[in-house]
Amino acid sequence: MGITSKPVVFAVLSAAVILIGSTVTVFIPLFMPSTQPVSAYVKPYTSVELEGRDIYMREGCNNCHTQTVRPLRTEVLRYGEYSKPEEFAYDRPFLWGSRRTGPDLNRIGGKYPDSWHYRHMQSPQSMFEKSNMPPYGWLAKNRLDTSNSYKKTSILGYGFSEQDVQVQISQYRSKVTADTYLSKETRDLVTPAELHHELTEMDAIIAYLQKLGRDVKNLETKK
Amino acid sequence: MSETGTEQYNFKIVRSFAFSALFWLVIGLIVGLWIAFEMFNPALNLAPWLSFGRLRVVHTNGLGLGFGLAGIFATSYYILQRLTRTALPFPRLAQAHLYLFNTTIALAALSLMAGMNTTKEYAELEWPIDIAVVVFWVMFAINVFATLIKRREKQMYISLWYIIAMTIAIAILYIVNNLEIPVTLFKSYTVYAGANDANVEWWYGHNIVGFIFTVPILAMFYYFLPKSTGLPIFSHRLSIISFWALNFAYLWTGAHHLMLSPLPEWIQTVAIAFSIFLIAPSWGSVINGYYTLQGNWEQLRTNYLVKFFIFGITFYGLQTLQGPLQGLRTLNAFFHFTDWVVGHVHMGTMGWVTMIISASFYYMIPRITGNQLYSIKLANTHFWLILVGQLIWTITMWIAGIQQGAMWKATNPDGSLMYSFLDTLTSLYPYYRLRFAAGVIYFAGILIFVWNLIMTVRQAPQKDEAEQPIQNKELQSWG
Repeated sequence: MGITSKPVVFAVLSAAVILIGSTVTVFIPLFMPSTQPVSAYVKPYTSVELEGRDIYMREGCNNCHTQTVRPLRTEVLRYGEYSKPEEFAYDRPFLWGSRRTGPDLNRIGGKYPDSWHYRHMQSPQSMFEKSNMPPYGWLAKNRLDTSNSYKKTSILGYGFSEQDVQVQISQYRSKVTADTYLSKETRDLVTPAELHHELTEMDAIIAYLQKLGRDVKNLETKK
Repeated sequence: MSETGTEQYNFKIVRSFAFSALFWLVIGLIVGLWIAFEMFNPALNLAPWLSFGRLRVVHTNGLGLGFGLAGIFATSYYILQRLTRTALPFPRLAQAHLYLFNTTIALAALSLMAGMNTTKEYAELEWPIDIAVVVFWVMFAINVFATLIKRREKQMYISLWYIIAMTIAIAILYIVNNLEIPVTLFKSYTVYAGANDANVEWWYGHNIVGFIFTVPILAMFYYFLPKSTGLPIFSHRLSIISFWALNFAYLWTGAHHLMLSPLPEWIQTVAIAFSIFLIAPSWGSVINGYYTLQGNWEQLRTNYLVKFFIFGITFYGLQTLQGPLQGLRTLNAFFHFTDWVVGHVHMGTMGWVTMIISASFYYMIPRITGNQLYSIKLANTHFWLILVGQLIWTITMWIAGIQQGAMWKATNPDGSLMYSFLDTLTSLYPYYRLRFAAGVIYFAGILIFVWNLIMTVRQAPQKDEAEQPIQNKELQSWG
């Protein structure tokens, strides 16, 4: 074999062989709109939801929770409508996951009230004695850092102005700190007193969880 | 080192990378045991940086990038010099590669514990660390190609092909998948969205396993098996066909990790087809390995290294059958997201990868230090402990996977679900306890391995092979 005595030719040929499958199955689909369709019914994350998503990533929640409901009978029964490609147009990165140590979360939004999540995040074992989920009560002790929120949404191309981002943050803060907030009691229980009137990391991650699948559910009710 | 002339092999770098590999192996396994315990008892989630979500990636990166890459660098630098009969052209660059590599892996582990996690599997590191990885990879590649160009042996032996393919493929995969836009020094967003990101990620995720846990391990297998048995590889032609077919087919199959997901169906189907095809070149190497021992099977008893190679390649064979089958839609619908897949991966890493690297180190370290191996008896104990530990580990996870898959699917006569999600999880805790115990057995074997090699280099050297001149005969009578 001639090429086994020509390392550079060998390397170029290897690269070519490697790039064929890569090009057909990965690079070309990047430029096909059908790979990741965009639909008007799916809205980008608000800055608070996006901050929550970043906390979800930071804590590696994707190591145990998937975010894709497969089109299988028992899966739809357990979680709800199967996942559609349009839903992920604003997901950078995707968070589909690869192992379900915990349940799928793609349809978790609106399934439980915020208070359920505050209690569950604080101590999963207080609600499900045998759960192996780590407790995340400490998220409520961290003030939410929103200093990069605008930069983040603009990198992701969500189309919010700096003012939009400020409004989203202050609106969400008003919502969860108001006396009329339905989950106020539980929130106050898990949040230290000095942060009762501030946004915490716990607030943000719950805002994110409540967004998951909500657009699809809205679409279903419209139908 | 070789400043005195290019006539001496640089084995100091081989030794340093080998012991770096052992260090990251021990760290990675301790973290593995820690998270295995957390799976049935959340009490070990003592602090944010010790929580399962953060530590699982320390385990995978520590072993994949830390142990795996260091083992590959050690053996590649050795094989490369030996097969070309040429000393490393840039020993100082290799030394810098060593320092940068270990610093990067240490920073990677710390940053993951601090929660800097891009969440793309096996590519979780944030952008500054990605850059460091690319830099040390380029440093490695420069020495690889410079050695090959300067080589004194005209023909490149099979192992060198695999090292070339790995060097190229990892560079492409790593850079493409990690393209990201920085927000701060510690945070970035990938340039791909949704289904595209998933497709790019699993193209990477599948092939990083292919080009770290298959291709360079085959390079070791094809070099160290003939070396330690004195038998030439059965068929050179088969190795050529296997090599090109493997490199061609591997890159089409990433989407079998995304079966029944929102990724376009045609990409999934193409991935299934190529996954099935991939059985052929994979088994080409398995058959080549078995037939190499034709007529000399008594070496399984008489030569302690042969066990590692033959059991290793057997686990590779089992895995490369299991993998494509799991990729079939119907089977995937059942097995995906369960512990079955976790068992599959660990047969590859704890069986195939670790056994081949172990044997390669046992062959190399005595030769580069000029010492006898400290204890063959301990090497045999190491073998049996990691074999038994791995088998209990993986079989337990397969059973756990089948059980959970079945429970997820079970319905009552009225069509409603039979089990809550929590029921399907808590029923696995006995398996998780057994898995932890199996991990302890395995870890004991690895500690013996590390001890054996430390004692080997600590003995007074009989002759220092770092000073050994380059000989003329390396490739005699090979295939």
